[in-house]
Amino acid sequence: MSNIHPYVGRATSRVDGPLKVSGLAQYAAEFGAPDLAYAAAVPSAIAKGRVTSLDVSAARAAPGVIDVLSHENKLAFPEDDEPFKNDMVAVPGSPFRPFRDDQVHYSGQAIALVVADTHENARHAATLVRATYAAETPNVDVASAANHYEPPEPRDGIPPTPEPRGDAAGAFAAAPVQVTADYRVVAEHHNPMELQATTVVWEGDGRLLIHNKTQGVVNPKNYICSVFGLDEDKVRLVSPFVGGAFGMALRPHYDVFLAVMASLKLQRSIRLVLTRGQMFTMGWRPDCLQTVSFGADAGGRLTSIQHHAIQATSRYEDYQEPIVNWSGFLYDCDNVALKYELGKVDTPTPSDMRAPGATTGVFALECAMDELAYAAKVDPVELRLMNYSDRDKNDDKPFSSKELREAYRLGAERFGWSKRSPEPRSMREGRELIGYGMATGCWEAMTMPHKARATLTADGKLEVGCATADIGTGTYTILAQIAADALGLDIAEVTSRVGDTSLPMAPVEGGSWAAASAGSAVKSACETLKDELLKRARGIDGSPLANAGLDHVVFGNGRIALASDPAKAVSFADVLKGAGLDKLEADGGFEPDKDFAQTYAGYTHAACFVEVRVDEDLGVVRLARVVSAVAAGKILNPLTARSQILGGVVMGCGMALHEETLWDKTLGRVMNANLGEYHVPAHADIPDIDVVFVDEEDGSNPLGVKGLGEIGIVGTAAAVANAIFHATGKRVRELPITIDKLL
Amino acid sequence: MMNFSYTRAETVAEAIAAVAGDPAARFIAGGTNLVDLMKYDVMKPERLVDITRLPLREIEATDAGGLRIGALVPNSDLAYDARVQRDYPLLASAILAGASAQLRNAATTGGNLLQRTRCYYFYDVATPCNKREPGSGCAAKTGVNRVNAILGTSEACIATHPSDMCVALAALEATVHVEGPNGPRVLPFAEFHRLPGDAPQHDNTLAHGEMVVAVELPAPRFGRNHTYLKLRDRLSYAFALVSVAAALEMDGEGIAEARIALGGVAHKPWRVPDGEAVLKGKPATPDSFGAAADVILAGAKGYGGNDFKIELARRAIVRALAQAAAGEPQVQSDKTVN
Repeated sequence: MSNIHPYVGRATSRVDGPLKVSGLAQYAAEFGAPDLAYAAAVPSAIAKGRVTSLDVSAARAAPGVIDVLSHENKLAFPEDDEPFKNDMVAVPGSPFRPFRDDQVHYSGQAIALVVADTHENARHAATLVRATYAAETPNVDVASAANHYEPPEPRDGIPPTPEPRGDAAGAFAAAPVQVTADYRVVAEHHNPMELQATTVVWEGDGRLLIHNKTQGVVNPKNYICSVFGLDEDKVRLVSPFVGGAFGMALRPHYDVFLAVMASLKLQRSIRLVLTRGQMFTMGWRPDCLQTVSFGADAGGRLTSIQHHAIQATSRYEDYQEPIVNWSGFLYDCDNVALKYELGKVDTPTPSDMRAPGATTGVFALECAMDELAYAAKVDPVELRLMNYSDRDKNDDKPFSSKELREAYRLGAERFGWSKRSPEPRSMREGRELIGYGMATGCWEAMTMPHKARATLTADGKLEVGCATADIGTGTYTILAQIAADALGLDIAEVTSRVGDTSLPMAPVEGGSWAAASAGSAVKSACETLKDELLKRARGIDGSPLANAGLDHVVFGNGRIALASDPAKAVSFADVLKGAGLDKLEADGGFEPDKDFAQTYAGYTHAACFVEVRVDEDLGVVRLARVVSAVAAGKILNPLTARSQILGGVVMGCGMALHEETLWDKTLGRVMNANLGEYHVPAHADIPDIDVVFVDEEDGSNPLGVKGLGEIGIVGTAAAVANAIFHATGKRVRELPITIDKLL
Repeated sequence: MMNFSYTRAETVAEAIAAVAGDPAARFIAGGTNLVDLMKYDVMKPERLVDITRLPLREIEATDAGGLRIGALVPNSDLAYDARVQRDYPLLASAILAGASAQLRNAATTGGNLLQRTRCYYFYDVATPCNKREPGSGCAAKTGVNRVNAILGTSEACIATHPSDMCVALAALEATVHVEGPNGPRVLPFAEFHRLPGDAPQHDNTLAHGEMVVAVELPAPRFGRNHTYLKLRDRLSYAFALVSVAAALEMDGEGIAEARIALGGVAHKPWRVPDGEAVLKGKPATPDSFGAAADVILAGAKGYGGNDFKIELARRAIVRALAQAAAGEPQVQSDKTVN
């Protein structure tokens, strides 16, 4: 590190902040094109069955309408599943494809696409399409699914359900303290601010420039080329900004598919922006029924853990999450039985939503731990320390790092946990019962192969690029910090670029792997660049660095200087000039260290502490404060890191108290498909949130980073539920904990 | 949203003539609800007559010692008007319990009376709804009905009126000044909204072309013995599951007169004079309040998802009356229920 005051680790304002707050950041629906036409999708009114007729005459006759597409006049695409599985986040099954035939798989499915000269005309004409249906009775309730089954084909990229170890049933039967409880996490939708949208710019000569809301430009590009048989050299996908996604923009959605279809068919530029209601016609966090059983000795030491989950998936795909796996390693126990099943419902395929699996599974696990704490009469923090695991017994590996113990200590101290009186309903102020609750959070620290490029120009400015995404997380900023440190530059001299398929390859941004992986790739590209620079600096006639190696020089202030005699230096500009270059490029990359991953289990951890106030008669819940103590390796930027945790905690509070997708079970339809009635927390619902990071050294990647996108949400809802139990003595096991459940 | 024509009226008479003569025409003022309904294809006016330029923006003292509030007075202006804050704090409180600051800036007094139900089925044209499409059925009765009515429902409809402001106006016994093709009339607030019966498509008793021009408040009463208590699914920006506007005239430790109106439970702000009469001459105790609640909620009926509202309403009435009797009205900016 050459900067005396390195950017990495320092609170650094978002480099893209000015663009965002001034409205200059361009999102997928904001890119223009000459002769742009506007599309609107027509949603099905039924959840299951067949379209028996489609009358588009009124729509075609409406002002400004250019065309109406449907399964009856679609642009041909392959019948096989395989081209549609060219999706990094595909799951086992037969991917959905709009307009394949007359079948309706879920309510709101796009059954037609109107293209018109303006957005308004397209929206209006879309309401004029008349469909008749042969409707069948849908089921959208996983509890009522015809059968529950263990997925026959596991989903790529998620850990399999661990095999049982020991004798969980026997140990449970023999345990002096037993806890068994059923929990239900209800369906949620991501509801990012930015609507799902695509602008396809028809560039002629078979070239398409696509702007699509996505968490990784490479993924929809590959998919589109694959399903429409397009030449990869003629398709570029550019999506520099994403207005929140939370996992919903991992897979290519029907907007990009239909917009490209319309563009190819009409040979013109097309924009399709889905409506807020249509945001409920794609991925969602599936509802999940869970049973957790603990056996423990009289003191609370776990002797048996059993965790069974049944989660919803669509008819056509087996979406899967690691729900129960956490119960196999978060606490030390030798008798463990975990089971994960699916039940089919007539909905779109669920999708990853912030900490998929952990959010749902750890909620049940951590509520059950709280129940055990009361059953065994042990303080909830003590109980967790007593059962602390120093080894991942699912895979029988040590942890790469695990400072959870310190997170408990620091979190408890900042929260004032010691002031808690253990009995439920024992703390109050006026008519309000006060509850203190806590829970553990956990998420896998993952990395993925990434490539990056660093380009130094003659004016001394550095650009670093990687085809990853910044979904609001701060990726632009941390990449600039890493690059600025590597070359010893002021961060103002560094530009980072993401979200463009012309940049070096990256997978989707998800799973909290982007900071560690894209960051390490950028670091690698910068190291190569330094090497190339020095090589050329040495070659300059009379170079003061003629005999210097990388170890002997310092990069800083736009120069390479001898460490032993900083007066002897060559400026970056002179290096380029001497080499006759106007720019110097270097590629770098990051590959996960397979040996390390085979040796160690890597996880981030959090300890979340919550104070609630509950009106004794009315059941009104107020969150009073939250402390989230996080152990997640190296913190690159305390500002953006804190924002990540804040966002996760707020989302966890919403999960605990507000969020629920309400399906009409007869109609199979989401009834609160708008932000007025799908409740996320309002400002008034969110208290002071104290985020604290625990020092943690981790060796899984060159940056020592573990990722922060997910960990803030995991455990938060359980901490709220546990606090509500402490306040009221009421154990609510089905989220969200609304006023009716506390009456 | 369908295409529509738009004209701006300069006088009340012109506006009324424009709408009365065209069954597909509607008035538009703040548009905070109508525009949403048009986007959802629920309401399809072919012609909008913008009334925002009409001279209906004054809050004036009346000879009877009350206030006459022009129909176009924005909700925010009304809530923060010094006379309203001083003499009708119950009204100010109810307004501030609703919507968001941005919506209250745009929404008008008349429009608040005329906002339509937030029943989920009313907003979704793919579902049956007798209010939206008479005769199509009511999917809410057996569907997602957490937010729906428990009182005054009919076979045809279990929608609620969503307003907070109207609950206070009902308790304060405001009157509604209307002008229309057949001249002006004045309605007691209780007669403005209606129950769904077998014609739930009609939210109120206005004829087509009639316009609310003002809401009149009688001379102020109740001092500090009032409250607006709103219970909802999050602490701000959500419609009431149950709300209670309560106002008491105290006589020493006893209650001389009570006004109690409920929101979120019926097709109109719910007032039961017999329930109020129960409190006359009674001490301000939980028992008295409970007895009043029993009368007010007599005949309440749940539909599954909203069964809890019956007990919640009972508790809310008891608490609101306790707040009113103590002269400690609910503060809307502090979410602690006192």
